[in-house]
Amino acid sequence: MNVVAFLCLLFFSGVAVAATPSLAPPEGFRVLDTPNDSGRSLSLVWKASPSDSKNRSIQVWLAESPGAAFKKVAEFPSNTRYVKGGDFPWWAQPAGKGAHYVKLSSSQAFPIEDGKTYAVKLLVREGEQEAWSELAEGRPAPNFFNTAQVNNLMFVLAFTGVLLASIAAARRNPHIRLRRIAGLDAVEEAIGRSTEMGRPILYLTGAGDMSEVPTIAATVILGEVAKKVAHYDTSLKVPHRDPIVMAVCQEIVKEAYVEAGRPDAYREDSNFFITSDQFSYTAAVDGIMLREKPAANFFMGSYFAESLLLTETGASTGAIQIAGTDSDHQLPFFVTTCDYTLIGEELYAASAYLSREPVLVGTLRGQDFGKAFIMSVLVLGTALATVGVVVGTENFNYVLDLFKDFK
Amino acid sequence: MIFLKRQLPLIITFVMGVAFTLQYYIPHPVSEEAITNVSKWMQIISGFALFLGLASLFHVHAVKIKRQVPGWGYSFALYAAMLGMIVVGFWSHGETRIDGAQTGFGWLYDYTMVPLQGTMFSILAFFIASAAYRAFRARSREASVLLASAVIVMMGRVPLGQFLIPWTWDVTQWLLNVLNSAVRRAILIGVSMGAVALSLKIILGIERSYLGGGRDQ
Repeated sequence: MNVVAFLCLLFFSGVAVAATPSLAPPEGFRVLDTPNDSGRSLSLVWKASPSDSKNRSIQVWLAESPGAAFKKVAEFPSNTRYVKGGDFPWWAQPAGKGAHYVKLSSSQAFPIEDGKTYAVKLLVREGEQEAWSELAEGRPAPNFFNTAQVNNLMFVLAFTGVLLASIAAARRNPHIRLRRIAGLDAVEEAIGRSTEMGRPILYLTGAGDMSEVPTIAATVILGEVAKKVAHYDTSLKVPHRDPIVMAVCQEIVKEAYVEAGRPDAYREDSNFFITSDQFSYTAAVDGIMLREKPAANFFMGSYFAESLLLTETGASTGAIQIAGTDSDHQLPFFVTTCDYTLIGEELYAASAYLSREPVLVGTLRGQDFGKAFIMSVLVLGTALATVGVVVGTENFNYVLDLFKDFK
Repeated sequence: MIFLKRQLPLIITFVMGVAFTLQYYIPHPVSEEAITNVSKWMQIISGFALFLGLASLFHVHAVKIKRQVPGWGYSFALYAAMLGMIVVGFWSHGETRIDGAQTGFGWLYDYTMVPLQGTMFSILAFFIASAAYRAFRARSREASVLLASAVIVMMGRVPLGQFLIPWTWDVTQWLLNVLNSAVRRAILIGVSMGAVALSLKIILGIERSYLGGGRDQ
């Protein structure tokens, strides 16, 4: 009888032990300086556990030194905060995929300073049970290079090399055929028409300032247009929204008249400022169109809601209209209301097309190589990503990561 | 003089262009501080440049009034409005509200500028209608396709259209998400390549016509 009682006791105590296993602390816990950042943050890494669940929580405790008082800075379920595919490129991963990763940034509650060593430990809790991880230390520091963007830098350098090589090739062989761009072929026609009708030409450089590439492209095209205008002795009007763009355009137009051999025909007030306000500017330009009835309107640069207000008014006056913009949202309005529209990159090609200078034309060939490369990558990337999903492998990510943009 | 007018700007462009290209890859606070400082400098320069713009504006309209060219009355109205706004602005200490009460400056802004801007923006609705009429006339095969797509998208985006022809919603989504997105992305890729190429040309001094004058001087 005693033996049976002893066996029963042994069995039930065994069941009780199996039902409440002791909580294991997180394994492989490390604290590192957050890679590729501006400092003042730490990264915590530890291995994932099969027993991670939403009922089990992880608390992060931080101290300014191993001997100082610890303070709880974060708490979350243990089945969250994993390293996911796409978070980091494979060459700059702080931990393997599937491991836990938490970034602690400096906050008002707990400021983190660069160069100071901090102590961190994790507390795992489930019900009444608790388990502390080992103490780990880390020292935050700012980084001088974002290694996650090394692929981006490589492509920029490669593209620069291709452009320079294309320019060198164009210098050796200046006869490069260019695809016809109807909108640029029509520039001469528009200026000729204005001359015949004795009416001015209106040229707008868009809504942007000189730090924007479409505005720079618009000013470059203005130089080429101004040369032809000077040659035909037609009146040019360039109303502006930005005083700096106005100052640059004044210089460009002046030099264009000098180059065309007509410095006497240059008028200082051909470039003039109206206002920086979007709709006040639009109203003023619409007024110029209706009162002075320019025979040709050029809309180059970046535009917003004013695009249709400008071009529809211009269309109502019967002017020949040529637009060029990279503002894709405004393209339908320009295509609808203008006689010719330079779409996207054609705006940037205009300078080379109009001047036919080999150096500039060479860059267009470089751009074409770049586009061919991007198209090849799109096809390759789509194929690899699809095969990866079908086969169930992530090995293709080693190739796909090369073409991703990581911050 | 040629050095100040030509070479110095090219050197500054090259140095600043390379520096701020590299800045993109440097997360260090020094790099962030540099871009913040340059942004502040740009704001300061823009502030001073506004005087250039005002001088141009006053000059152009003063000449029109002086010569009494056709429409000189508009120039006079501009002078009156601008000077009136400046005087009232100073009188109101540049504030639109003081102690919760609207100032004269605030009144002028709320009851002249805002309605005028709203009027200009609302004209857009009528201009869209007239532009759409021109674009959707089915004079060619392409225009017919455009017309058919536009009708489907309009029906698919309007509650009544979805109620009357339910399938237009799915077709609209497909048109926007597949055809429209594909074309937009193609345009954006081309734009990005063009913008990078133009930036490189400017940084390397290959494109220098923005300085005024020829390229290879």
